[in-house]
Amino acid sequence: MAIEVRIPTILRSQTGGSKSVSGSGDTLAALLADLDTQHPGLRGRLVTEEGALHRFVNVYVNDEDVRFTGALETPVKDGDSVTILPAVAGG
Amino acid sequence: MLTLDTATVRAIVAHARRDHPDEACGIVAGPAGSDRAERLIPMVNAERSPTFHVFDSMEQFRVWREMDDRDEVPVVIYHSHTMTEAYPSRTDISLASEPDAHYLIVSTRDPDTDEFRSYRIVDGTVTEEEVRVLEVLPHAEARD
Repeated sequence: MAIEVRIPTILRSQTGGSKSVSGSGDTLAALLADLDTQHPGLRGRLVTEEGALHRFVNVYVNDEDVRFTGALETPVKDGDSVTILPAVAGG
Repeated sequence: MLTLDTATVRAIVAHARRDHPDEACGIVAGPAGSDRAERLIPMVNAERSPTFHVFDSMEQFRVWREMDDRDEVPVVIYHSHTMTEAYPSRTDISLASEPDAHYLIVSTRDPDTDEFRSYRIVDGTVTEEEVRVLEVLPHAEARD
């Protein structure tokens, strides 16, 4: 078992075109670190240099926006489904 | 070129007028790979601002999952400008994240003139495209 992560079109250049990838970890931060070893650069598209999630990237664990569940400290486990969506926003 | 049917254009402009002086936003979904703007989905502007828009993250999640289930994509992503022309702002360009979408912008600055223009925005590069409005969309080609 692993954690499935759905990748939006704009980030698929980081995953060799794959729509979904899988990794492991106890928290979202650990999962992203694991994914970054397989897909270098992916984490940098999601997390700022200060170590927070980018404001205009939405990450969901199962059906929950992680902003409401602890952000990068959100616990994850095998069988969870993580979805990444770029926020649709502008001026 | 972006092709839209009259009813969709009217509904998008009406949405923008209704939410004025705040920005309105939404999408038109269509079958993946078809480039057909078939299903209008007005979205909430979670920011409720005259100068900014952002989809509500939970509404976006539900709508994106529904599109996934139906094998659809956001063919058009639209929003309104309430005080300026229908041209992408610097923020629009820097936050554009759907390279396959048509970015439609409606300006509501003039109450008597409907102004809408469409763009591709890829890697910070804006390319305007023609908008063709038809009474109804052409019949879909048979899909495998």
